Amino acid sequence: MLKIRDLNVHYGGIHALRGVDIDVEAGQIVSIIGSNGAGKSTLLNAICSVVKTSKGTVEFKNKTLPKQINKIVEMGISQVPEGRLIFANLTVKDNLMMGAYLRKDKIQIQKDLENVYGLFPRLLERKEQMAGTLSGGEQQMLAMGRGLMSDPDLILLDEPSLGLAPLLVNTIFEIILNIKKMNKTILLVEQNAYKALSIADVGYVLEQGTIVKKGLASELIKDPVIQEAYLGKKKV
Amino acid sequence: MDWYYVEGILILSGINLLAVLGLSLLTGFTGLFSFGHAGFMAIGAYTTAFCTMTLGLNFYLALVIGGLMAGIMSLIIGKLTLNLKGDYFIIATLGFGEAIRLILDNMQYFGGARGWPGITNHTSLMNVIVINIIGIVILVNIISSKHGRNMKAIREEEMASNIIGIDVFKYKLKSLWISAMYAGVSGGLLAHYIGFLQPKMFQMIKSTELTIIVIFGGLGSVTGSVIGAIALTALPEVLRNVKEWRLVIYGATVVLIMITRPQGLMGGKEFRPIQYLKKWFGKKNKPTAEQEV
Repeated sequence: MLKIRDLNVHYGGIHALRGVDIDVEAGQIVSIIGSNGAGKSTLLNAICSVVKTSKGTVEFKNKTLPKQINKIVEMGISQVPEGRLIFANLTVKDNLMMGAYLRKDKIQIQKDLENVYGLFPRLLERKEQMAGTLSGGEQQMLAMGRGLMSDPDLILLDEPSLGLAPLLVNTIFEIILNIKKMNKTILLVEQNAYKALSIADVGYVLEQGTIVKKGLASELIKDPVIQEAYLGKKKV
Repeated sequence: MDWYYVEGILILSGINLLAVLGLSLLTGFTGLFSFGHAGFMAIGAYTTAFCTMTLGLNFYLALVIGGLMAGIMSLIIGKLTLNLKGDYFIIATLGFGEAIRLILDNMQYFGGARGWPGITNHTSLMNVIVINIIGIVILVNIISSKHGRNMKAIREEEMASNIIGIDVFKYKLKSLWISAMYAGVSGGLLAHYIGFLQPKMFQMIKSTELTIIVIFGGLGSVTGSVIGAIALTALPEVLRNVKEWRLVIYGATVVLIMITRPQGLMGGKEFRPIQYLKKWFGKKNKPTAEQEV
């Protein structure tokens, strides 16, 4: 579904991504793990053309992605950005409706809104509340809900566990699995490697701008090198 | 105080107001600060004067052409600079405003720095009021339309607007374009009120004055801009009898208001007399555009 070939990004003199190849098949959860500064967020931003790529192609459903973000949203990709970026002065419901900005089919939008409330009952409880007054976890849920409201085929999740309490992290990952059941494809970028790999189908390990390892998530999670570097287990 | 004097103050307030209305859309509703709107006023003023004096066109047609000319310039400048973020855009507009003034300073055809005297007087209190009312009606309609909502979304959270599919660049450009046209028409009115044009009238201090009025009245409020424009244009005149202290008092007033009401006089709220009346007489309020979404 999403095909990334030889993607390169430069920030001035810094070579942030060095020839990244990634394949995302429909219906999968693909996790990209890596430490701070490995280039995870850069990768998502490059897919959405938020940062300029210096080389390489990104294809979605066999079509090259356009260079404007709003066109990319039209094609069925939705990004849930790092740090949420919600509209703090709008109510929760209005924030969700903003997600359906490009859509015209009112009945279907209403159905999707119900679905989002089904996924996140907390948002239903607080639908008339100003989004800025929500807690961090609720804001993350809201950002994910807004991402779903554009009825995307592919959702890009950037660090959904960022700054959340461990219990909430579990809830968020369960919800990601539920989103997968709604026939959505998910590209997940996470620092929490264990969580990210345990729900994923396929995993990639990004280190200093290059993919150093890829494979089935269930195998990666058992890989001794990865266990040592990312999952906190010592060599026996 | 004779009527002629009061009328003059009102006309100047109205001329300022028109430019402020445009700037209000750009700064108050789209979140872009500009320190170059005097440049657009200058373009409008000289274009309008050229149309009436040299080409002999009808005054109102000339005003429209002046507005359009400022609009075209804004599209060019916007294409080049609107990708700049925050502060850099402000600096770019500042440079633009000064560049326009310096170009006019050196255009001998329009009199250069010596100015262009003898422009016929067409601006009256009547047509300033009518044009302002038209301007307000158009502006309020833009703000409550889909376009206005997109602009407000960009003001609130640019990145988030982008990822839900709003073409941020296009709407920023639209906002700049509309505000430049307002400034252009305002410049045209000014030229035909004063009867004399000089590049010095469109210095950076003029741009700053417009921005101060928008912030003073309250960002994101049309009624705030109206009150701000009238108050801040009239204030230096009211204070004339304290002689050289008037600018001190003017400055102190602005500082005082900003300390006590940092959100400006109206601060994002609108004065809607019809709705207040309905409230008082117990009729149900119609939901406002924002609540309907």
